[in-house]
Amino acid sequence: MARRRSPAEISYALVIGGLAALALVILVGPVLVVLATSFTDSRSIRFPPQGFSFRWYELLLDEVRSRPIHRAAGNTLHVAALAAGLATLGGTGAALALAGLRGRWARLADAFFMSPMVLPGLAFGLAALMYFTLLGFRPSLELLVCGHLIVVVPLVLRTVGASLSQRDPALLDASASLGASGFHTFRRVTLPLIAPGIAAGAFLAFMASVDNVPVSLFLSSARTDMLPIRMWGMMESTLDVRVAAVSGTLILVAFILMLVMERFTGLTRRMRG
Amino acid sequence: MNGSGVSGFARIGPALPLGLAYLAFFVAPLFMLLAVSFFADDRLTVVGLDNWRKFLFDAFHWKVVADTLLLGLKAVFATVLLGLPLALVWRGASPFWQRVLLFVAVMPLLTSVVVRTFAWIVILGREGVVNQLVLGLGLSPEPLRLLQTEFGLVVSLTQIEMPLLLLPLLSVMARFDPNLLDASASLGASPWRTLFRVVVPLVAPGLAAGALLVFASATTAFISQSVIGGGRLVYLPALVWQQAMINANWPFAAVVAIVLLVSVSAVIAVIAYAGRVAGGHAHGTAA
Repeated sequence: MARRRSPAEISYALVIGGLAALALVILVGPVLVVLATSFTDSRSIRFPPQGFSFRWYELLLDEVRSRPIHRAAGNTLHVAALAAGLATLGGTGAALALAGLRGRWARLADAFFMSPMVLPGLAFGLAALMYFTLLGFRPSLELLVCGHLIVVVPLVLRTVGASLSQRDPALLDASASLGASGFHTFRRVTLPLIAPGIAAGAFLAFMASVDNVPVSLFLSSARTDMLPIRMWGMMESTLDVRVAAVSGTLILVAFILMLVMERFTGLTRRMRG
Repeated sequence: MNGSGVSGFARIGPALPLGLAYLAFFVAPLFMLLAVSFFADDRLTVVGLDNWRKFLFDAFHWKVVADTLLLGLKAVFATVLLGLPLALVWRGASPFWQRVLLFVAVMPLLTSVVVRTFAWIVILGREGVVNQLVLGLGLSPEPLRLLQTEFGLVVSLTQIEMPLLLLPLLSVMARFDPNLLDASASLGASPWRTLFRVVVPLVAPGLAAGALLVFASATTAFISQSVIGGGRLVYLPALVWQQAMINANWPFAAVVAIVLLVSVSAVIAVIAYAGRVAGGHAHGTAA
């Protein structure tokens, strides 16, 4: 249209566009800054980085001098694999059951299973520490798995629940009317339909466990150190530049995994849903 | 699975393993937390309300509660202020750019919270990005103090928590009828009026869902609070951690954790209720 834009339209475009641009800078900028910093050649963390080198990555890979970091990373992967595996099994089962419920009970059960997502994780972390300690358990990776399982399971429930609600009820009726048993229908119709949702949920649960702070803060110990807690220690004390190298590695891994998951499961669409 | 012949047990059966895990590792620990808070001494031998009294009758603790909830609200305000415009731009973008923007919005969620916290140390520090700019442009004769201020903390939390707001907001944005916007414009409403009278009420449920995730996450973000906020800014998570792990005073730590849980849940309930009322109102008038 050739008509002149009103002041309100101009101010709207400027303010909304400006704020959106600022949001993008704030979302992306920090990730790029960390990546750039991790290749610095100097002993201090400053921006722009001084020189270019892989020295901090080399130090990070050094098996002797970075042993505690390696052990923490190993523990973190171990716990995340188990917690995400259990969360996927239990969460898929619960999502199937919840999808069959209707009315008040369905809402209550859903709120109960989703509650770890909004409850302050720190309060739960402390509660888990007291509970396990008073029952006589000593800190171990198994206890960390139990704690992580609770906080990551809602992610599986959400993605699997979303793909269950999108499945066409006519398909189930068709399968049943053709004489298939409930189990057969589940295995041959429902499961293939919700498989991408399960995969997306498993991936998100794994990443959330790797990232978890509130539970690990209380349940990890010197022997069962976890990567985020270790990194926190490195930031608090001397601001070891290796934190930048660990961060760079984590960003790169997350980026690649995300591209892969996006390709195979349409991850971002599922997270939005 | 919804056949009439299936018994009730077969229907809820698949939820049993997770239900039992929740009872053993979620419900029972929370009851334990409550029980521990009613002991008067660190060794859990004398029952009493001493630690509850100690918390409730000290103005300092109330100030920490207020500061924590305010921090959460500031994070919600900042994420909405930036996230809503981004969501509006996303809505108008082509499918290709929608995918790119969505990827950008989700990406930080999958890079560790500790990494994101670390990024803000590099940005806000004395020799950080912001101060290099400020000094370079001659805006200030000396480096600004941004770390260990609440302003710096809120800015950092805005990035750290923004994806939590964007995901539910975008899913609601994607669903609403673009004809409503055209209708509003053709009736002579300015874009601002359309934004506040049509768009915001329509996306209120998504906005509320995102806001409560941001609030819950910002109020419990212990590492961001302690590393960026520093020792002078005390919030409930730091108090819980310090009492439990440094002073080894479990009953008092339990009291603080319960106060954190109850106060955060109360605000979350209010946000959820506001979202339902606004959403119901919009759909009522739109129908």
